[in-house]
Amino acid sequence: MNVKHYVEDKVIVFEITEDLDHHVTEKIRRRADYEIQRFMPKRVILDFNRVVFMDSAGIGLVIGRYKTTCCYGGKLEIANVSTKLRRIFEMSGILKIIPIISSDKEAVNE
Amino acid sequence: MNKIIKNEMKLEFLSKSNNESFARIAVACFASQIDPTIEEVADIKTSVSEAVTNAIIHAYPNGEGIVKVVAKLYEDEIEIEISDTGIGISDIEEAKEPLYTTKSGLERSGMGFTIMESFMDSLKVESIVGLGTKISMRKKIKNKEVSLSSSTYEIK
Ligand SMILES: Nc1ncnc2c1ncn2[C@@H]1O[C@H](COP(=O)(O)OP(=O)(O)O)[C@@H](O)[C@H]1O
Ligand SMILES: [Mg+2]
Repeated sequence: MNVKHYVEDKVIVFEITEDLDHHVTEKIRRRADYEIQRFMPKRVILDFNRVVFMDSAGIGLVIGRYKTTCCYGGKLEIANVSTKLRRIFEMSGILKIIPIISSDKEAVNE
Repeated sequence: MNKIIKNEMKLEFLSKSNNESFARIAVACFASQIDPTIEEVADIKTSVSEAVTNAIIHAYPNGEGIVKVVAKLYEDEIEIEISDTGIGISDIEEAKEPLYTTKSGLERSGMGFTIMESFMDSLKVESIVGLGTKISMRKKIKNKEVSLSSSTYEIK
């Protein structure tokens, strides 16, 4: 996972670079929560551009980061969600509360 | 109807979470023998990942056990069985409900069975408390036009 901080805008982008299953999400959640607690960002973006495979562990990961982000006063968004991943997110109903954005580039001025 | 088995394989491994990717990749590679589409492979991988993860995180709360995966290939269908000898499920119907989970502390979403049901053509759950759980799933492989049409090509 690559972590990008945009200090002025108080934005953190987590670019996930692995297949997302239960084994992998355990590591990612620890790192992500550590960063969120440390920076207390206004916005957290989970970027799925490089995620080829995901099972229901991905849903748990997003809901969990939604909770941590809200806890520290921020807003969570997910980016670059393929149709395959979208189908899995849709089943869980989380898209009603978590917005999908098309690219982290458009969201953050680099 | 008795269908002819084209090939069969069996895997056994310890209930360690780093076997989740190993199991789904092994089944996907094996399934490639009957020419599934990319979408079909993706559905199979996701469903195997769900069932194997369940056996790893739910079946053996007090240590490690064995997870068994059997895959059978037919002309136009794959059958997969994933079993454990763990704690079992007391109420299967309840367990299959979307969002139902007994491990919310582990960030489980309770969507595993819902995903298996919608990604595969059939799902059967058998479980005896104290003895273990067996998941049987089937999926039709429809990608037969390609091989059919190529075999009927005229040889010039
Ligand atoms: N192999 C298993 N052994 C024991 N319990 C299981 C097994 N598979 C599933 N369960 C039970 O069924 C519930 C629902 O499973 P699932 O839909 O995959 O959701 P999740 O894994 O996110 O909890 C689990 O929380 C667990 O209580
Ligand atoms: Mg599960």
